Amino acid sequence: MGKKLGLIVAAIALLIIGAIGGMKYAGDNRATVVGDTSRYSAGASSSGALTGSVGGSGSGTVHEVRDGDSIQAAVAKAESGDVIKVFPGTYHETVYIDKDDIVLSGVIVDDVWPVMEGDKKLNDAVLYSGNGITVENLQIQHYKGNAIMGQAGNNFLIRNNNIVDTGVYGIFPEFGTNGLITHNVLSGIEDAAIYVGMCDYIHVTHNEVFNNVAGIEIENSRHSIVENNYAHDNTGGILVFITPGLPIKTTYDTIVRNNFIVNNNTPNFGIPGSTVAGIPAGTGILNMAGDRTTIEGNIITGNQVIGILITDHMNAPNVTLDPDADPNSDEIAILDNMMWNNGFNTIPEITALKTLELVDGDVQILNIGSSTNSCILDHDKYVTVGLRDFGTCGFATTADVKSYLLDEPAERREIAAEDMGKRAYYGICAGCHAYNIKMIGPPTQTIQALYMDDPQGIVDYITNPTKKRDDYPEMPPQNYLSEDVRMAAAEFMLQVRK
Amino acid sequence: MRRAPSNKASLAGIVVLALCGTVLAEPQVELQSDCPPGFELTGNNACELRTLYQNYDSLHEAGVGGPRTGLPEARDGFSPQQIDLGRYLFFDPLLSGDDSLSCASCHHPDLGFADGRPRSIGIGGAEVARAAPSLWNVAFLRRFFWDARAGSLEEQMQGPLYADDEMGTTPAQLLADIGDNEHYRRLFRDAYPGSEGPPTLDQIYTAIAAFQASLISLNSRYDQYAHGYHDALTDREKAGMNVFRSFVARCAECHTPPLFTNQQLAVIGVREPDGRAFDPGAGATTDNPGLRGGFKVPGLRNIARTAPYMHSGTFATLREAAEFYTLGRGHALPVAEQDRVTVHWHIWEPDLGAEELDRLVDFLGALTDESFKPQVPSQMPSGLLPIGKLPEALAPHLGQTN
Repeated sequence: MGKKLGLIVAAIALLIIGAIGGMKYAGDNRATVVGDTSRYSAGASSSGALTGSVGGSGSGTVHEVRDGDSIQAAVAKAESGDVIKVFPGTYHETVYIDKDDIVLSGVIVDDVWPVMEGDKKLNDAVLYSGNGITVENLQIQHYKGNAIMGQAGNNFLIRNNNIVDTGVYGIFPEFGTNGLITHNVLSGIEDAAIYVGMCDYIHVTHNEVFNNVAGIEIENSRHSIVENNYAHDNTGGILVFITPGLPIKTTYDTIVRNNFIVNNNTPNFGIPGSTVAGIPAGTGILNMAGDRTTIEGNIITGNQVIGILITDHMNAPNVTLDPDADPNSDEIAILDNMMWNNGFNTIPEITALKTLELVDGDVQILNIGSSTNSCILDHDKYVTVGLRDFGTCGFATTADVKSYLLDEPAERREIAAEDMGKRAYYGICAGCHAYNIKMIGPPTQTIQALYMDDPQGIVDYITNPTKKRDDYPEMPPQNYLSEDVRMAAAEFMLQVRK
Repeated sequence: MRRAPSNKASLAGIVVLALCGTVLAEPQVELQSDCPPGFELTGNNACELRTLYQNYDSLHEAGVGGPRTGLPEARDGFSPQQIDLGRYLFFDPLLSGDDSLSCASCHHPDLGFADGRPRSIGIGGAEVARAAPSLWNVAFLRRFFWDARAGSLEEQMQGPLYADDEMGTTPAQLLADIGDNEHYRRLFRDAYPGSEGPPTLDQIYTAIAAFQASLISLNSRYDQYAHGYHDALTDREKAGMNVFRSFVARCAECHTPPLFTNQQLAVIGVREPDGRAFDPGAGATTDNPGLRGGFKVPGLRNIARTAPYMHSGTFATLREAAEFYTLGRGHALPVAEQDRVTVHWHIWEPDLGAEELDRLVDFLGALTDESFKPQVPSQMPSGLLPIGKLPEALAPHLGQTN
């Protein structure tokens, strides 16, 4: 802990040297009105409905899983639209869902929950990559990596889970568009309890996160709302980051509003080398390089180092600069928040910055580094440092934006049969079949002459090929392609002309 | 300037002896008018990539995500003739200063388009500093070389072509060697219709890039799984896939599907083999001290074909390479580097068990697909033996050592 804190201390000390060395604080900018409602309203959902476009449809078969059964066996049997109901019991497994539209739903009976138990041996409880996945009503505990991790699944719904000590992250959707994380309780996580990484159009609401290093983290993501959560007794409450070195480089349009962010003073038990390992214990909200973050209506109390900390990459610890990622926190808006009793036991470097600006009292809000087009609604209300460049916000609330979730699910696009056939034919079949020359398999022209108007004949053959020609090797079955793809490929193969 | 003719003449003599005059008849080389597999010939004589991955989207077109995520934008649209001309150039030792090496000497199709060596060997027989990376799927890459110092295939290839200790030619010699060859002059006219005069450097680079960008590997058993056929992988491979993408091992955080690279630079802190000096990697080619010891994250497709591993061949096997990641953050850094190297945040102590490492290796084996492997031309426009000096790993098998 001492060493990790030292990192940010050293970083801030550099800033002080820079300031003394001639980096001037500009004059008070409060007379400038900055921003209006257009700042956050772009991309907002028109309906404001939270569950309309996320989660599984539940339209298919219900599979029941009971104590002693395998959840994964049910996933293997399930088809899109199906519901997997997990009854009370203890399940020691990693469940992975590489299918679309699946509901994984715990059944709670007389207060008894289904428990996924990692025994500190298993890596992750639930991995999903499909679109339209729901994970709900599970108690997940003692995994090493994550409770619930999504990789590129869109339209996800993760709710009503009780997650305890599941390693690095609790709920971690990555590369997802359109997702709702609601009514989960998470504790004992070594990094962020709820970590939204490289996602778009996300809503995180009504969760309780405590005894984690970070409560909720929005990282390299756009159009996120974090509201109505209770983040307490973490090292840091709510984080909005651009982490350098990731393939998607921006964070913007984040609204952090109406959360309780209370007593986040837990000693940092982050993994050495991780970005969060540099967070001082006692941080309410931390914005690192995130742009267009609006902070409104939160109750921020009892965080001993700072209530709200805005920083750039240069002043952050454990960070390697990335020329493709903008290091500054720009267009920050701090609207009205209930802030009280923060910064009462802060780190010496914040005290030094305070001295530099001739500020008295405990610092509630600190900005370090350049931050352009930023604003605060009321300059006089809180003790702040580094906010003289901030103008006065030209808007007082984001209330008219209910959500950034999409009105229609992401990526439910239809693929034209011709495109599907073309991609399969050139992308796979062409490895062995050319139009008019002999390769590993016979020329397409020969196949066309044989099957003419009978694509189903091709489908039947490639599904279960037999050796037909002495001068060619036997064809491997193409049954790994779905029936639709096989038919599209066959139809395309019969009409290709070169 | 062109090297002394005697140099080439003597080598040609050796080739004649080696072949006993059997194939040195006039080369009968014509360029393909069809696209290689994986490409559709479109109206303007352009080969456009086709793959089932085009059925999927990708967040911000970054081409990273999960099993069913779209690819980054590919370099495509070259003509069949340009691609095939590039194939001849790629395999022709005429492109080296002493006619001994072709691109394929270090990027051989039978060795995953690498060379099976820890570090490659140039025309003088001396070892260079780093390993030859695989060329599969370079069509999708944005940065080249281990230290990411080149921004295009055309820029990249000028490194090895003109480095004294690699192919050791010069722009002038290359233009002369190609331009003096009547077959190449004809083939360049076919590949660049309407172009006047002798072949240009840009035409040479374009053709080689066109060929390299045609090396597509997206039909492994893993891909069958990704497209929805879950029986394509064995239970062990599936277990390995789940270790691979778990947040304990964190492999997929940088080796992100569908290409199994996020194309970023990462400092992972591998020791150099055999007492070699620390390689600062991207720390020496950027002004970013945080990248000291940083290298480009390589894609893992056909990785089972390209041992040994890492930028200078530290690990002989995939098992050893996988084990590196569980031996502790910074464990292999020299003492002198420990305070000035910032190891990537995903390098930690995941405490993977022996069985998990075995499963990772199983899974990596499911990323092999060489179904679009191009043919080595049977004869070269230069009349030289295709490929030239073979990688040692292949020479004994083919009875050919030059």
